[in-house]
Amino acid sequence: METVDLGHLMAFDPTHQFSSLPSSREELVESCLQKGRELVQAVANALFSLPSTEDLDGPIVKLPPPTTKLPREKHLPKPKPPTKWETFAKMKGIKKHKKDKVVWDEQTSAWKRRYGYDRVNDDQDIPIIEAKSTDEPGEDPFAKRRADKRKRVDKQEKNRVQNLKEAAKFGALPSHVQLAATALPITGTQAAPKKVSKNELGDVAGIAATATASGGKFDKKLEGEKKPKHDHKHRKFLPVAEGKGLGSKEKEQTDRVLNKLISKNSHEILNIDKAITMYNVKKEKKRRNQRGDSATSTSSKLKPKKNLQKKSSNKKGPSSSKKAKSKSK
Amino acid sequence: MMKIKTPKKGKIKRALEKRAPKLVETGKKTLILQGTKTSGVLNSVLTEIYHLKKDSAVRYTRKNDNIRPFENGGVTSLEFFSQKTDCSIFVFGSHTKKRPNNLVIGRMYDYHIYDLVEVGVENFKSMESFSYDKKIAPIIGSKPFIVFVGEGFENVEELKHLKEVLLDLLRGEVVENLNLAGIDRAYVCTAVSSNRVFFTHCALRLKKSGTVIPRMELVEVGPSMDLVIRRHSLPNDSLRKEAMKTSIDKPKKKEKNVSKDAIQGKIGKIYVPDQKMGDMNLPNEAKGVKRERREAKLNRDRNGPAAKKQKENSE
Repeated sequence: METVDLGHLMAFDPTHQFSSLPSSREELVESCLQKGRELVQAVANALFSLPSTEDLDGPIVKLPPPTTKLPREKHLPKPKPPTKWETFAKMKGIKKHKKDKVVWDEQTSAWKRRYGYDRVNDDQDIPIIEAKSTDEPGEDPFAKRRADKRKRVDKQEKNRVQNLKEAAKFGALPSHVQLAATALPITGTQAAPKKVSKNELGDVAGIAATATASGGKFDKKLEGEKKPKHDHKHRKFLPVAEGKGLGSKEKEQTDRVLNKLISKNSHEILNIDKAITMYNVKKEKKRRNQRGDSATSTSSKLKPKKNLQKKSSNKKGPSSSKKAKSKSK
Repeated sequence: MMKIKTPKKGKIKRALEKRAPKLVETGKKTLILQGTKTSGVLNSVLTEIYHLKKDSAVRYTRKNDNIRPFENGGVTSLEFFSQKTDCSIFVFGSHTKKRPNNLVIGRMYDYHIYDLVEVGVENFKSMESFSYDKKIAPIIGSKPFIVFVGEGFENVEELKHLKEVLLDLLRGEVVENLNLAGIDRAYVCTAVSSNRVFFTHCALRLKKSGTVIPRMELVEVGPSMDLVIRRHSLPNDSLRKEAMKTSIDKPKKKEKNVSKDAIQGKIGKIYVPDQKMGDMNLPNEAKGVKRERREAKLNRDRNGPAAKKQKENSE
């Protein structure tokens, strides 16, 4: 008569029919609950006859899988594609085998981790690297060892990204990993080109439009291209009438312009420094002129003395010389 | 150019893992929200549904003016909310002149609308209007019994659909093991007529009956209401097939040479190859050895005696 789905704890009676609908609401509810009780009892009969295990909180039964199928919430998790190594290993028949986590380290004679911090054959623990015939002279073997390790780590990281990309194609990325695609590089170049945003493109188009006489007003627009944002000049005039607030703005504005102009040319009107130096120079000149007259007199006074002496000597000289000459004659 | 983004904190990682698709799903979360206009009845219906499902539900209380689940353009923000809250069932209330006290119950698959059922709410009785012993009040998150009564649920397509949606909405967490001491609630849905369902929520009272199985008694605790079917939309077949996939019923490999018979049961055919009387397994043709090695050995055996002979000849 009724079907019981224990998985959902559901019972369904498809045969029940109201012979005559109860007139009042209470009767209807009553009859519904009556029927519902029977069905709940049917579920309970099946449920309590299941084998149960005693627990502290009460008897626990294992429910059978539900028979009524309900749709999933999300798609089934997609299987991860094999990594490059896994495909290679399968091809070659390489099998995984378990390795111990700790290994005997002969350098330090102790058990050490195989990988990670404080691992076996750690760089710090190796004091000597024996020279080989293949070693290049002048190369630091320790630096080479470190560089090699770095290279291997980088290579592994590259492989990991490659495998994740492959997994992303199948939609089988691990839930916590997101692959963020940056712009694709142009082949042959190193740096990835910057992606130009929509607004930037619009700005560039606007600038280009100003090259025409009309400022791009009559240019043919492409599909989806928008009008320039400000195709008109935005001029604002302040009220001339004086008053509070906006009324005083006009005066302020003109004052500002005037002050700026005055301050720009004020040094031409009167530069005190310049004026002082000019005054000083003038004064000096005047004084020099006056002194020049007296100085010439003094010099003349001084000079004539010398001159006089000289003149006198000269005067004397010639006379003497004349005398001498005369004497010599 | 690819960059790997991984969460820096364990909490975020765990939250993301919780959202990831699972092989066996454990239940759906419910998003409860409303349109531009609601009525007092609808408000209390939505809050009480939220109270019934408090452990696995999200209640949005703001107005949503661009949600119309049955129209093409009106599902984008709904799907966005579903993704944001990780809910795959939604209950959407709206109140218009054409459809007063309207409730749309829908399900999502992969954060896209899967199916929709629209019902009108009538004769609503809230939880507060029922008086009962509070000791038997159901505990939040307990697994309910669900009971459907009436032939309408099998014959009328809309009701059949409503039954499935209601089951999905009410079933609670999917569990394998159930504590029998914890059963305390039941939902009763009765198809009164071809378009009307009486829905009520009851507490269970387990009484001694003298046997192992207790006698179940229902105490109405509310809410109770009449659901009048309005519109509904079913998923298309391909989507349904996709959504019904489970980990167990993956496409099996075709079983060859096995047939079933009503009388004899399972019949298998066995093909026995012809017996080759002339051939005999020789030790140097062992099958366990790799092919190259086997062939190499064969060649050696063939050439070996010849080489020896030559040696003898030379001597």
